[in-house]
Amino acid sequence: MVPLPYYLVLSGILFGCGVTGFLIKRNVIAIFMSIELMLNGVNLSFVAFAAHWRALSGQVFVFFVMVVAAAEAAVGLAIIIAVYRTRETLNVDQVNLLKL
Amino acid sequence: MNIGLFILVSVIKTIIALFVLLTAVAYTVWLERKVVGHIQNRWGPSYVGPFGLLQPLADGVKFIFKEDLTPPHVYKPLYIAAPMISLVFALTSIAVIPIGNWIWIGQLNTPLEITDVNIGLLLILAITSMGVYGVALAGWSSNSKYSLLGGLRASAQMVSYEISLGLSLVGVLILSGSFSLRQIVQAQAGSWHHIIPHWNIFRGQIVGFFVYLMAAYAETNRVPFDLPEAETELVAGYHTEYSAMKFAMFFMAEYANMITVSCLATLLFLGGWMGPLFGPAIVQEILPVVWFGLKVFCFIFLYIWVRGTLPRFRYDQLMDFGWKFLFPLAVANLVITGLVVAFRS
Amino acid sequence: MIHWVLFLVFGAISVAGAVNLLAQRHPINSALSLIAVLASLAVEYLLLGAEFVAAVQVIVYAGAIMVLFVFTIMLLNAGEEERTRGSRVAIVFGIPGMLIASILIAWILVRYSDTGAVRVGALAGTPTAIAPLLFHDFLLPFEVTSVLILIAIMGAVVLASREPARTSAERGQG
Repeated sequence: MVPLPYYLVLSGILFGCGVTGFLIKRNVIAIFMSIELMLNGVNLSFVAFAAHWRALSGQVFVFFVMVVAAAEAAVGLAIIIAVYRTRETLNVDQVNLLKL
Repeated sequence: MNIGLFILVSVIKTIIALFVLLTAVAYTVWLERKVVGHIQNRWGPSYVGPFGLLQPLADGVKFIFKEDLTPPHVYKPLYIAAPMISLVFALTSIAVIPIGNWIWIGQLNTPLEITDVNIGLLLILAITSMGVYGVALAGWSSNSKYSLLGGLRASAQMVSYEISLGLSLVGVLILSGSFSLRQIVQAQAGSWHHIIPHWNIFRGQIVGFFVYLMAAYAETNRVPFDLPEAETELVAGYHTEYSAMKFAMFFMAEYANMITVSCLATLLFLGGWMGPLFGPAIVQEILPVVWFGLKVFCFIFLYIWVRGTLPRFRYDQLMDFGWKFLFPLAVANLVITGLVVAFRS
Repeated sequence: MIHWVLFLVFGAISVAGAVNLLAQRHPINSALSLIAVLASLAVEYLLLGAEFVAAVQVIVYAGAIMVLFVFTIMLLNAGEEERTRGSRVAIVFGIPGMLIASILIAWILVRYSDTGAVRVGALAGTPTAIAPLLFHDFLLPFEVTSVLILIAIMGAVVLASREPARTSAERGQG
């Protein structure tokens, strides 16, 4: 019997790690992975709330989050490849111009 | 059943399952060398023991005593971890594969598998989808162009064909209405007029079976889809830089995957352990396992036969085949099966 | 009891993986620690009774999305990231700020919420229970996500495909 707040704390820690990574990482791919970490933190709280309120729709939300994450990964990685082709770098500090 | 007995039974079953699987892996290698040898008008292994039957043992001893070379420029942690990842995920999926009915051992009633899970099929898909990391990381961490090309090809190929593989199974799932492998097999019991068995392959899943077979060959990196380890262009692909026991781990993982895929094909499409039962009670207890073993053997033989017969695809042909032929076929099979089941009910 | 042990062990693994994701400088190490986080979260889902979600988490997240990440890292041969001025500022302000915020939120949650415990398998998220929701109650969102993913695939193909090198003759005609 684990009380609900412990699950929420775990999901909060994961989300916080994601935010921190988003701030301190300079590699585009690592930043992207931090976003995935945030999404997973949120997913855990969805499932925990679903178990707490006895409502399966919480688990269905997780599927939608996963689909959005998959779409995001496909487009985001394609953008990263396109950026790398023109700039030859993955460092976000050097990708600061809107034009090529 | 109390918890102590449960743990004891589980440990014993795990040991037996691992022993059987590893022996099967060793003798699949022997069978492959022998059959391919005969296809090519050679003898195959014949020196160690009668018919070369002790060859797997000799190979094992050779692998253990060979020098374990680590090239100087590799990324060491992942270089060492990659073969272990491959082997662990290849061996784990055997845990949920049932090979027969529930049996009585003394007072104990136990299923003939390590554990009966109600999402068994999903679990196998999950475990096999993790296996790609072993290959990809081996290719990357070796820091060699052949390995990298092999790893890239392997990950692209396995991700592409996983979609067709998954979709080809959905037809079976619609027919049996369960993810549990045991219930899927039980849904295939019986026969029409005592002649044609009630297997899924005869219940309209012949196209699904074909798609599954093709996708499974690609998933396990076997001929004609063995691009990741195409020896004529990539030396040995992702395991070019590996030697001794680490190479043996990749080798065992490949054959263990082959056996898992064959078991899954048997369970899903060919009725698992279903077959004619006759004779005294003790024979009736053993026969299901025998039928299961025979069906799996046929699949493995087909694998080897194909390897001895077909040439390798080109990479663009591989991708075209996967995306433009197999994938639409799997979707069409899914739609038609769904419509038929919907109109019938 | 066993629920607590599993929760703590896999919670610790997931937090360690998340911290390792931040600490590692090579993207492939970050990717692998993220995979560890995803796998241990799948176990947490199992503890909460969400078996189907756990399986899909491993199949889709760890088995497909993360393979894409690893594939991209391999393809671009991404090296270690270098520290820049921007990242130092972010470390100085980001990490303490996040620590304080997380501790505050955790303390408030544990202290002031009186919600009950979550039982093992209290709500069995079996495929048969999920299916009516997904294909009946949430049919429209489900279909919309399929359109979304189709658009994403086409966008990815357009973005990643190299523009064909057009000769001057073709350019004259086009």
